[in-house]
Amino acid sequence: MSAIRHLAAIAVALALVSASCSTALAQKKYDTGASDTEIKIGNIMPYSGAASAYGVIGKTEDAYFRKINAEGGINGRKITFISYDDAYTPPKTVEQARKLVESDEVLLIFNSLGTPPNSAIQKYMNQKKVPQLFVATGATKWNDPKEFPWTMGWQPNYQSESIIYAKYILKNKPNAKIAVLYQNDDYGKDYLKGFKDGLGSKAASMIVAEDSYEVTEPTIDSHIVRLKASGADVFFNITTPKFAAQAIKKNAELDWHPLHFLNNVSSSIGSVIKPAGFEAAQGIISSQYLMDPTDPQWKTDKGMIAWNEFLDRYYPDANRADASVMYAYIVAQGLEHVLRACGDNLTRENIMKQAASLRDLELRGLLPGIKVNTSATDFAPLSQLQLMRFKGETWERFGDILSGDVGG
Amino acid sequence: MSAAEEVEVVTEGQAVEAVPKRAMTLGYGTSLVVLAALVLIPLFVKNFIIFQMTMLLIYALAVLALNILTGGSGQFSLGQSAFYAVGAYTSAILMEHAGMNYALTLPIAGIVCFGFGFLFGQPALRLSGVYLALATFALATAMPQLLKLGYFEHWTGGVQGLVVTKPDAPFGLPMSQDMWLYYFTLVVSIAIYVASVNLLRSRSGRAFMAIRDNEIAASAMGVDVALYKTLAFGVSAGITGVAGGLGAIAVQFVAPDGYTIQLAISLFLGMVVGGVGWLPGSIVGSAFIIFVPNIAEGISKGLSGAVFGVLLFLVIFLVPHGARQVAIIAQQLAAKLKKN
Repeated sequence: MSAIRHLAAIAVALALVSASCSTALAQKKYDTGASDTEIKIGNIMPYSGAASAYGVIGKTEDAYFRKINAEGGINGRKITFISYDDAYTPPKTVEQARKLVESDEVLLIFNSLGTPPNSAIQKYMNQKKVPQLFVATGATKWNDPKEFPWTMGWQPNYQSESIIYAKYILKNKPNAKIAVLYQNDDYGKDYLKGFKDGLGSKAASMIVAEDSYEVTEPTIDSHIVRLKASGADVFFNITTPKFAAQAIKKNAELDWHPLHFLNNVSSSIGSVIKPAGFEAAQGIISSQYLMDPTDPQWKTDKGMIAWNEFLDRYYPDANRADASVMYAYIVAQGLEHVLRACGDNLTRENIMKQAASLRDLELRGLLPGIKVNTSATDFAPLSQLQLMRFKGETWERFGDILSGDVGG
Repeated sequence: MSAAEEVEVVTEGQAVEAVPKRAMTLGYGTSLVVLAALVLIPLFVKNFIIFQMTMLLIYALAVLALNILTGGSGQFSLGQSAFYAVGAYTSAILMEHAGMNYALTLPIAGIVCFGFGFLFGQPALRLSGVYLALATFALATAMPQLLKLGYFEHWTGGVQGLVVTKPDAPFGLPMSQDMWLYYFTLVVSIAIYVASVNLLRSRSGRAFMAIRDNEIAASAMGVDVALYKTLAFGVSAGITGVAGGLGAIAVQFVAPDGYTIQLAISLFLGMVVGGVGWLPGSIVGSAFIIFVPNIAEGISKGLSGAVFGVLLFLVIFLVPHGARQVAIIAQQLAAKLKKN
């Protein structure tokens, strides 16, 4: 009997010692999905369906994590990147997110794409307390650490971008008559809202024409004709690449030359400006936070060279004119930074903590001067943009780095 | 060529009379085995699998609804996603804006969709075959945009959709939300399945099938063709609506992007794979549309669509009558074995 008691005492003592050791060393702490050798990252992308053009983001990220693994991993741990297709349909997103969390047991879900798909899993992720990190959508609602402490955005949101344009107009063209064309979905409406908020009380009098189109329309020519008829001298063009090119072209054909603001979704030289014609695009104002790979001015930039080397080696068949490839390269670096900062404490809580304490982080591919910043109350990592004007065959940046922070 | 003849080709081939009533269902023994499996499996698997099984039942209901319409009354529809969406939104709006109990929203969703389908059945009277399919196709393409309309935005949440709260198990039952929802869905599904089987065996069911086989003969026998055609549409839409409502609760979210034409085509696919006019096939069809895309993705991410296409082609090529044909072959084999 006493022997047993003796043994028990020793066991307790041992347990205490080992417990104190582990707190003294405080080192290796893991949640599901992380171990001494592996970090499991989940991801959901529309590889099929209407938004499948964005699938390259997932492919680029996969290539980037292969690069990290080839270079020895993160603090000695290899990344296992599990990416599923949701075809941009929310019910499928829920199924895939549950599969990742409950069946594959990932540590976190990273850069899942699209506003409706992410909205569908936001509540679930927060209930489960699994990070939904750096979501790939420009909606404003992701910056809401109070309600959703496990969800964090990434890119500058649409509203803050259009607030920047609104401020510019109020300052430089206070008597403008504005025509707005927007895509009839969450993205277009978010831009429009930010724009109206930015103009404030003058929105009603300044916006003389407002028109929307459906993604399914083959051409938006008739909308441009209608907007021109309104007599506006400023045009805010909230369209996706294909339509943006049509709009620029049609403006030139109609000989309508308003001060043209183009949302940065469509600022790619390769996929928008060039097809529309350089001549027609002169003087267009837009804004950007990442380097356009088709813009010749970045050819010798260090970040761009690194990007090209990375693609040569790990994703040779990537379309280098596609801004999504650059986007994915930057956000993957962001995750790499967060995981490295976590050290050996790979708990979900620590990941959110590290993600929320990024200070002036610079990443390859971001415009010079644009930095990633977060805090416990600011879950919008990128919120800076720089205005730029199209001149010759390239974008010319002007003015300071601007920020139009909006909470969700 | 009339619609009736076309359906003939799709369903049976050589059958002249209506699909025998027995052939539309499973035998007692088989039903019990399937039921036991559906009741027992969730006790032993992870919550994620339970969730998938819930979705399996929900899509099975939607496929069943289409089966009643096409297999029963011989009318085509590519617009089931619209009825599904209306059901989903009805449930979601009642739960989130009116604070109604989730179980009560389902019959309402069903009734709303029944009315909607019945009304839509009116133009269906003038159209048949592929023309009807196109008309319903229009409905399916229009629905996501209607849900986005600013006019309804206060209720529908516009493009952002609505988040739905998942119900807890009542009476303090010691089971997870997923498991409770699964058994709840199972009970609803069985009730609807039994009701559908009985419907097709009833006078109305015989009228449906008479119309399917030969409209002129049916009207000569005194069947009110107009009434029964719209009725079939209504019943089908109503069941789809209930499935939609259940889907909204299980997924906890409704948004226009969830109910595109793709869903309608999936359901149609499910019906064909399960066997047109064979109600138990609905669950097989539902399994096909849920799991085969996942399998295809597992084989190749970049070519998942192509792999899915190949698998679908194989199914259609090898067993053109779907799961029903497999079941018949299995039955014949079993009979042979018994003889020996």
